[in-house]
Amino acid sequence: MAKITYIDFAGQSRTVEAENGSTVMENAIKNSIPGIEAECGGACACATCHVYIDEDWREKVGGPSPMEEDMLDFGFDVRPNSRLSCQIKVTDALDGLVVRTPERQA
Amino acid sequence: MSESIKTDVLIVGAGPCGLFAVFELGLLDMKAHLVDILDKPGGQCAELYPEKPIYDIPAIPMVTGDGLTKALLEQIKPFGPTFHFQEMVQTIEKIGDPLFRVTTAQGKVFEVKVVVIAAGGGSFQPKRPPIPGIEAYEEKSVHYAVRKMETFRGKRLLIAGGGDSALDWTLNLAPIAAELTLLHRRDEFRAAPDSVNKMKALVAEKKIKLEIGQVTALEGANGQVAAATVKHNDGTTSSVACDAILPFFGLTMKLGPVADWGLKLKDNELIEVDTESFETSVPGIFAIGDINTYPGKLKLILCGFHEGALMAQKAHRYVFPDKKLTFQYTTSSTSLQKKLGVV
Repeated sequence: MAKITYIDFAGQSRTVEAENGSTVMENAIKNSIPGIEAECGGACACATCHVYIDEDWREKVGGPSPMEEDMLDFGFDVRPNSRLSCQIKVTDALDGLVVRTPERQA
Repeated sequence: MSESIKTDVLIVGAGPCGLFAVFELGLLDMKAHLVDILDKPGGQCAELYPEKPIYDIPAIPMVTGDGLTKALLEQIKPFGPTFHFQEMVQTIEKIGDPLFRVTTAQGKVFEVKVVVIAAGGGSFQPKRPPIPGIEAYEEKSVHYAVRKMETFRGKRLLIAGGGDSALDWTLNLAPIAAELTLLHRRDEFRAAPDSVNKMKALVAEKKIKLEIGQVTALEGANGQVAAATVKHNDGTTSSVACDAILPFFGLTMKLGPVADWGLKLKDNELIEVDTESFETSVPGIFAIGDINTYPGKLKLILCGFHEGALMAQKAHRYVFPDKKLTFQYTTSSTSLQKKLGVV
């Protein structure tokens, strides 16, 4: 189990309990977190679950795979700490993770 | 106006549900034409996840989006559906009882007794980058597609993106543009390696420019762009003077013209149907698959298949008002097997 905090573009923060093995995207959808659309349902086939990883967590979360990098090309305002949240699996090591959602999804 | 195409049923959308509807309609002797904005059948299965596995098609433990599309095409082959790709249905007008005149944005006209909307998440349309005020330049100096290359002759072009569309148009337009800048957010490209090599050769010969970054603002007046502000990955910005911008950021789904067809919608994004026949608020127009909603609706391909089967029963009454429909199984009915071409 891990606590994940989503901070939206306006600065509002929401924290949820996430099960190991689930994705950061799935927990957002399950808890009706705004700012994440996940149009393709988690197939790494769109770029509408784009999040920015909090600087303190970048190392633990790691960078995107080449396929995810390709999909990020379809995102907007992509930054060095951008990830697609459907590709981040929750583990105990991510307890306390903070991600920010962009102004809008692609 | 071009001459109209007359058939029994027009299916809007050639995704899995639209394709399987051809089968269910065909068993009941109804001929179908399909219209789709993509250049191929399969809908989201073809466009979003051709290589991704699907695990919840009954009796098929695993199939890819592409595999499912191919299998459906094989299954509906006996019914000879006619496809109209790269067309988007624009209007549906009731002209008889039941008779509809359906027109596409590309100018095709259909006269059909039944319309089946199987449009999934709506029509795939180019993604609009979130650049403030970009709408004012669209169709004038910002283009999401190249219809006539001549439009761009002698102009200073800015092409944004890193996929095949961006690279192909860079290579095709470079010889006729006055100047061409390709802009991508990173120095790696998903486009075909051959195109990337050709592009890099043009850059080395100084025939085109390559910039790494993202457009954040546009300058210009009356729809005519003059320059784009580009933010680079190190945080610095620069200005690229240009007469036209071509952003290629892939496709997204928009409800599109469906909203204008006079159907009862829920939350302005899904079509309300009854669960007996999946008919909309307009008799003779049905909606199946992800685009419809009803109590308990699940957006699953298997639900769309079920909806198609029940839709066909009611559609039969409109197409053949005088014929009685007897329920038959493909396993045992020789008449169904003849239609399938297996006996």
